Amino acid sequence: MEGIWGAGVAQLAPTQVGGPMLLFAVLAAVAVASGVGVVAFNSPVRSALCLIANFLSLALLYFTLGAEMLGIIQVVVYTGAIMVLFLFVLMLLNLAAPGALRESRDLRRLGAGALAAALFVLVVVQAVLPLQEAASPQAADYYGTPMALGRALFTEYVWPFELASVLLLVGIVGSILLAKRRV
Amino acid sequence: MGEVRSLMAPLWMYLALGAFLFATGVVGVVSRRNPIVIFMCIELMLNSVNLTFLSLARFAPWLPVAHELEPKAWMGGPAAVIFVMAVAAAEVAVGLGIIMAIFRLRDEVDVDEMNLLRG
Amino acid sequence: MPDSQAGIRPAGARSGKVAAGMMDFLQQLHPAWLALIRVLLFVVPLLLVVPGLIWWERRLLAWMQDRIGPNRVATITWPKDARWVPPFLRGKKTRLFGLLQPIADGIKLFLKEDITPAAIDRAVYFVAPAIALFPAFALGGTLPWAPPEGVYGLLTPIADVNIGVLYLMAVSSLGAYGIILSGYASNNKYSLLGGLRASAQLISYELAMGMSIAAVVLATGSLKMTDMIKAQTEPLWGVAPLFDNWNVLTPMGFVAAVVFLICMVAETNRAPFDLPEAENELIAGYHTEYSSMKFASFFMGEYAAMFVFSGVFATLFLGGPNMVPVDWVALGQTVPALEGFGRLMASVNYWASPLTFVGKCAFGITLFIWMRATLPRLRYDQLMALGWRSLLPLAVANFLIVALYLLCTDLYGAGGGWIAVGAAFALLAAFFASLARAGRGRREALPRREIRLVDPAKPKEGAAL
Repeated sequence: MEGIWGAGVAQLAPTQVGGPMLLFAVLAAVAVASGVGVVAFNSPVRSALCLIANFLSLALLYFTLGAEMLGIIQVVVYTGAIMVLFLFVLMLLNLAAPGALRESRDLRRLGAGALAAALFVLVVVQAVLPLQEAASPQAADYYGTPMALGRALFTEYVWPFELASVLLLVGIVGSILLAKRRV
Repeated sequence: MGEVRSLMAPLWMYLALGAFLFATGVVGVVSRRNPIVIFMCIELMLNSVNLTFLSLARFAPWLPVAHELEPKAWMGGPAAVIFVMAVAAAEVAVGLGIIMAIFRLRDEVDVDEMNLLRG
Repeated sequence: MPDSQAGIRPAGARSGKVAAGMMDFLQQLHPAWLALIRVLLFVVPLLLVVPGLIWWERRLLAWMQDRIGPNRVATITWPKDARWVPPFLRGKKTRLFGLLQPIADGIKLFLKEDITPAAIDRAVYFVAPAIALFPAFALGGTLPWAPPEGVYGLLTPIADVNIGVLYLMAVSSLGAYGIILSGYASNNKYSLLGGLRASAQLISYELAMGMSIAAVVLATGSLKMTDMIKAQTEPLWGVAPLFDNWNVLTPMGFVAAVVFLICMVAETNRAPFDLPEAENELIAGYHTEYSSMKFASFFMGEYAAMFVFSGVFATLFLGGPNMVPVDWVALGQTVPALEGFGRLMASVNYWASPLTFVGKCAFGITLFIWMRATLPRLRYDQLMALGWRSLLPLAVANFLIVALYLLCTDLYGAGGGWIAVGAAFALLAAFFASLARAGRGRREALPRREIRLVDPAKPKEGAAL
């Protein structure tokens, strides 16, 4: 891989405009718009709704990648559970102190935007553009199926799997302890 | 799902989208004052990482070192995505509990005001 | 594991000329058109059946409550002096059992004044009923309403993906959003509370539902819905070749079916779990501030969800589109005298399968209505306690027993599997009995109040007048 300033600007490989590209363009546009919406909206409930749209478009992108198991797990876990939890907390706080959650615009977002733009350019130039040659998918056909994922999780990755379940148990116990009222 | 394979875009597009979403998340984490929105931007960053993992797993799934399995069958990418999701779920549960506890104590949710440990 | 590629010609789908012609026509269509046909074949009948469900609910509920129910709306009064009316009908009334009542309801709802509160979150307020309506129709994406062979194999399910059952879980989790968002957008504390309670109920019962589905998936060995149907055509309990192995007829499957049934009622916010929309507790809960068509869409979504969930129950536990748990082809092969009858019944079973499926859904709806008529409403803490402390442990224990059965059957054969199941069941029963005894002991230690009945007619002894 060349350095940042090496060998001129890499040319983007020509791509055909067709059905898959159109689908990707639509999904990417939704993901980008909702991602910006998460950061831009002042009302946190609107940010949460944008994030839900973002997760759903990402799940559809996972389906286009052929990883159907992970796409549906994304919908069940992220959209169906984690975002519901976010909305719960937002609405309970809304009930308790209406108006406490809104923010106002300030210049910090512009500064952060500049920082993030620099980060984005750095990542794209260093990591994305040199990988244009990896244009044909190499993974096995079954990499997105439940069987392949299950087999991997129970044979090769069984230790991280069990540790993740312990972690979730710790999370459950911890959040119950935090949420209990001291009567 | 053989037909779905033809719905893919080239790899660099997925990676560019992941990088953009990550950068957007960074904007949110750095500049917002509401801790719940900061959490949501962290989730955005984690999801962009998931997208990167999966697209690389689809297009170039082999390890840089020799692996005893057939290289195309290495499931490290999807397994990593599963673990990221599990960790994110646990983190959200505990983090939101912490925020609720702080709110109950201080009746405000503003990260700038929580500076008791500053020394 | 069942073979997902059914390349052989199924016994029931005897291809006559019409069937072969239809198959040829469908196979040469572009896949996009075929997909559109499949979607229409699911969505349009579902839309048409919802008024029928409303009518059935009102009549059946009324009969169970010892009254008649709406039977006046579709009464035709024949005119007395018109030539086109046959003489025996002139001046008489013909009752049509109130079948047009849902149409009348729909017209009333449509013409009602659409009151929109002022200080709402407009975007969310208008989108929430659509989000509430969406899961009921989306659930049918992987639901097969006929056996996946022959002509019907091209027409259903809409998408036979590897992850069929997980898709159902995903869509039912998305159902919580319609409720939360409508409660929030109404700018009304009671609606918000109602919405939060309803969605808390939904996500609690999703867990037990997921675990009961997981037990079925474990027994079937695949997440595809068509594989569920195929696995339920195998011999009953692995040994009886004339009967089908419907999941509700196996012991662990029966427990899973009961758990799924209860969770299904809770997921659709139906009695006895309908506290969030109870009219005397929370006004009308999360749909208080919605009127006319938006309220109608909540209503329709609930009925459609009931119907489709019954369909899911039928597919997972009742053998899907098969009429009775009898294997007609095996019957024909075992008893040679009945071979013709067996083949005839297999054919009837195949071609009438959409009707069978709708019949099973109707049976499920009748169960819903029966429960509404019979059971009192659960209080919110009772509801949550049932979901978390009774159903979820039961579903998890059932799942573990299924896993144990499969493992022991692999290691020790069929007998070993059942012995292991019996032992596990005895152990779990003993465990829960000891827990119950400990709980009873704790309860007996609390001070009890004595209540004595005093007859107001008799004067109390020593009372001053």
